[in-house]
Amino acid sequence: MIYIGARSIPIVVLTALFSGMVTSVQSAYQFSSWVPSWYVGSVVGNSVLLELAPMITGLVLTGRVGATIAAEIGTMRVTEQIDALESLSFDPVSFLILPRVVAGTIMFPFLIIIADVCGVFGGWVAATTSMDVTTYEFIKGFKTWFHPWDAWFGMIKATTFGFTITSIACYHGYYTRGGALGVGKATTTTVVISCVCIVFLDYLLAELFL
Amino acid sequence: MIKVNDLHKTFEGKQVLRGVGFTVNTGETFGIIGKSGSGKSVLLKHLIGLLKPDVGEVWIDDKLISAMSFRKLQRVREKIGMVFQFGALFDSMTVSENIELALKKLTKLSGSSLNDRVTESLASVGLEGTEKLMPSELSGGMKKRVGIARAIAIKPEYMFYDEPTTGLDPVMTDTINRLIKKFKTDERITTVVVTHEMLTVYDVVDRVILLHEGKIQFDGTPEDIKKSDDLVVKQFITGDSTLLLQESR
Ligand SMILES: Nc1ncnc2c1ncn2[C@@H]1O[C@H](COP(=O)(O)OP(=O)(O)O)[C@@H](O)[C@H]1O
Ligand SMILES: [Mg+2]
Repeated sequence: MIYIGARSIPIVVLTALFSGMVTSVQSAYQFSSWVPSWYVGSVVGNSVLLELAPMITGLVLTGRVGATIAAEIGTMRVTEQIDALESLSFDPVSFLILPRVVAGTIMFPFLIIIADVCGVFGGWVAATTSMDVTTYEFIKGFKTWFHPWDAWFGMIKATTFGFTITSIACYHGYYTRGGALGVGKATTTTVVISCVCIVFLDYLLAELFL
Repeated sequence: MIKVNDLHKTFEGKQVLRGVGFTVNTGETFGIIGKSGSGKSVLLKHLIGLLKPDVGEVWIDDKLISAMSFRKLQRVREKIGMVFQFGALFDSMTVSENIELALKKLTKLSGSSLNDRVTESLASVGLEGTEKLMPSELSGGMKKRVGIARAIAIKPEYMFYDEPTTGLDPVMTDTINRLIKKFKTDERITTVVVTHEMLTVYDVVDRVILLHEGKIQFDGTPEDIKKSDDLVVKQFITGDSTLLLQESR
């Protein structure tokens, strides 16, 4: 279960870093001359905490974690390991599914904190190296429009996404049928449905909480 | 004793079992044969409560297991060792962890007596010293034997085998047939063997049924089946695919 978190860190760091940098560069580009360039800190802060970190982490982990869980449980289904568990009186739901869903729901917020930090860091790097923004200005911009609630809202999203991705993966893995082909199908379905659910939930949560 | 009454099972409109009934007496070795896809595994899974019938009953030792809750089934499953077709070993665990998992759940053993039982079960299938291997390091025949060791480790009263010899070389087939016979005589176990190998039928079972199109086409001893005039039975035991075609001409 630690695997869900630990092994996902590099990809989360990488994607968050670059999305922070891109936000930085692009917002500076759009500001043109009449918006002070130190605003870039606030744009990076807000978009990373509120949207980019949870969303991108969610989508990346759908591929990383959701697909793995679906393939793992699906393989256990088609090789009769789930039947074997049940014949040994284990309840497959509490033995296989619950730990994964719980781990995912707990791990996601931590990964998104990492993504937050990396995203803002990436934004700062891009702003200070390729633009006329000093560290002082970047932090000033970041602080001026920083609301702690934005970060909390990101955590709410993270928890919801973690629960959703792992549940969808477990469901499709558990009901896999038809050998290796079936495992492939379950994995693909998991990724597609999770992605759709994430963008939809992202919108729904924004409607509800903002 | 196992008693099956009028079992029906349909999957997504496909009738797999259409009224199957038989009795297996205590201590008997019972064979279920039939071609691939005839519903042998489905039938076996009903005997241990992994599948629930649409219609019909399964009784084990006067307990109606076809209508039991998961909790109550646990009590019955302590008495049953199930061997799956490809072993169904948990591939994230070593050989010994596979067996320990079963022992911890279904017996009260712990500590050194638990370890002794693991060693003893592996020795009884001729796989001493494989404790630390992962399932991916084992050959097909070894996986099946570890599967047998895991099932026999709990000292069950019933052993169910799903195609224990399918896909193995003749020597390994004989090894496994001997194991089935050994456990039957040493431990007084009631055995159900699903197979489509006639060699296993002649060698190990006391009574055999042939499943065909969801029903029992034949029920009798291995001697009887050799003498049967039924074309479906004849075709199955001789493997002559032209037999039924000639009849319909
Ligand atoms: N869980 C299931 N859902 C749908 N169909 C199934 C299921 N299990 C088995 N079947 C179908 O039931 C038929 C009999 O399968 P099975 O009992 O595995 O045959 P065999 O005699 O080779 O063991 C097959 O056609 C299979 O596709
Ligand atoms: Mg089968």
